[in-house]
Amino acid sequence: MAEVVLQNVTKRFGDTLALDNVSLTVPNGAFVILLGPTGAGKTTVLRVVSGLDAPDSGEVFIGRQSMNGLAPAQRNVAMVFQQYSLYPHLTVRENLAFPLKSPLLKTPPDEIERKIAAVAKVLQISHKLDNKATALSGGEMQRVSIGRALVRDPAIYLMDEPLSSLDAKLRADLRIELKNIQAHSGATLLYVTHDQLEAMTMATHVGVLDRGRLVQFGSPRELYENPVSIYAASRLGQPRINLLPADLFGGAPTGAKSIGLRSEQIAQGDGEESTVRRVEHLGDQTRLHLSFRNHDLVTVADAHTQLQSGDIVKIAPQNPFYFDASGNRIV
Amino acid sequence: MSSFSVTEPSRRMKSFAAFMVIAYAIITLLPLLWIIATGFKSPSDAIAYPPKIVFEPTLEGYVNLFTTRTRQTAEFLAENPPTTWYEKIVAQYGMVIAGPSRFGERFLNSVIIGFGSTFLSVFLGTLAAYAFSRYRIPLKDDLLFFILSTRMMPPIAVAIPIFLMFRQLGLSDTHAGMILLYTAVNLSLSVWLLKGFIDEIPREYEESALIDGYTRFQAFYKVVLPQAATGIASTAIFCLIFAWNEYAFAVLLTSGQAQTAPPFIPTIIGVGGQDWPAVAAGATIFLVPVMVFTILLRKHLLRGITFGAVRK
Repeated sequence: MAEVVLQNVTKRFGDTLALDNVSLTVPNGAFVILLGPTGAGKTTVLRVVSGLDAPDSGEVFIGRQSMNGLAPAQRNVAMVFQQYSLYPHLTVRENLAFPLKSPLLKTPPDEIERKIAAVAKVLQISHKLDNKATALSGGEMQRVSIGRALVRDPAIYLMDEPLSSLDAKLRADLRIELKNIQAHSGATLLYVTHDQLEAMTMATHVGVLDRGRLVQFGSPRELYENPVSIYAASRLGQPRINLLPADLFGGAPTGAKSIGLRSEQIAQGDGEESTVRRVEHLGDQTRLHLSFRNHDLVTVADAHTQLQSGDIVKIAPQNPFYFDASGNRIV
Repeated sequence: MSSFSVTEPSRRMKSFAAFMVIAYAIITLLPLLWIIATGFKSPSDAIAYPPKIVFEPTLEGYVNLFTTRTRQTAEFLAENPPTTWYEKIVAQYGMVIAGPSRFGERFLNSVIIGFGSTFLSVFLGTLAAYAFSRYRIPLKDDLLFFILSTRMMPPIAVAIPIFLMFRQLGLSDTHAGMILLYTAVNLSLSVWLLKGFIDEIPREYEESALIDGYTRFQAFYKVVLPQAATGIASTAIFCLIFAWNEYAFAVLLTSGQAQTAPPFIPTIIGVGGQDWPAVAAGATIFLVPVMVFTILLRKHLLRGITFGAVRK
């Protein structure tokens, strides 16, 4: 395992700027998650680190060594792709053995057997080892492809939305498994997703990418409680942060254009009146859609709330975020 | 299952489809059966009218195909009675076997040239198609169009320039020359077909292999090639069928050394009257290699022809 550093990395594809001067340090043993919508440059970061794409400028260091001009095979990285992850003409066992048999590792056969057995046990695919890769369900396929990364002992694991094609229950299971594996082995992971739940539950560090720029990097809590901009604040939190004109409640600092309110930043019971427009019972929580001076808000109420649409709720902001005209946070 | 389903055809539709398939198979197989049957007929049965469906089978056609014969006097035959079964067959006509015919070597030429050019076309085509599919190549589209354009006229239209070139280069009537020619004709088909197949293989597989510690060539060899097997098999069959059946260039460019079976088979007719059973026997044997090759690869071929029609 090793520290991975990106230094002023810029990458263009034709006219589009995929990465704009990105500098990022993945500490040894960290679980770093990159968040951002489609096209933010998350996958490009992984491809540049793995060596599948070369940066136009800037440098990648793995374990303090410059990776300039090195082929993917020479970098000792493992990558899990979002889909097409298994070699369809091979069995599960052959898939898992594939990286170990590479001319780079040339693992002896008994060692291969041992490693495959160990990984298969962790991922609960031992009984499927002799199946053809194409005869697996989606969840099993993705577990095998994670397994293909885990059989190795690379400098860093790169994962590109490995759970996005799975159903909710499997995703939750694998999330816990992955986090466990990482915590036990001390592996370094760079993980890309747009699922904030994955970021909040697994990451030691979260990086937020916006159109090729790294706009914020820190622990998930830090990101949630201290976002630098509207963009960063919108990445995390369910329901999404409410953005309203800054002067709606009064008390806004000068230069503030909008006020950002997460559910817990809206105190209910005193303050000014708002109308309940809709009540959504989700089971563990209840969402209130409120109308406040012709602006819509979504917040959370007690799971067993008796509120109904048309009722009046008093609300007041509590330690809200203020943002200026360009969307940056005013502290 | 109920009587109505959107995806499952009804029993009546299934039997109708089966009937159509069988009817079509009979129509296409009939000429083939005719040729095979004619090969086992006697010359008089072969030209009998109305055609004989039931006849006494004989190997006369095959004996005539593989031998050359001379007419001898009755005295000579009486002094040297025929000993083997094939000598007895020709003795009925007052003939003796003078030696083997050239069919064997013509057939061998066909095998060498047909399979040789098929291998070369598919080998070069796979490499070219992979490069066109994966690498950024300047003027890629123009190059691909140029490659295709070589097939926009019938190849025989350039027979005279090719004839002159072959004579200059000493390629006339050589195996290498014919392999080269058929490869050149087949290569455009092979590149285009295979590019389509390789385009369908997601790049992620190779990228995965690159990261797993393999070089580009190893990734191609270990990951792309097995997945392109379907395409390679069907392309090989198309190439073989062309090279195997080609007649015009074979007539023009080969004579003594490298002549293939197609120009040879018609010459059988001239030897001792119109020997249709021998011609039919030659055609039957000529069919076998392509049939065997196709049957061996049929699993791939079926998937290959419908490739791209159904997404997995």
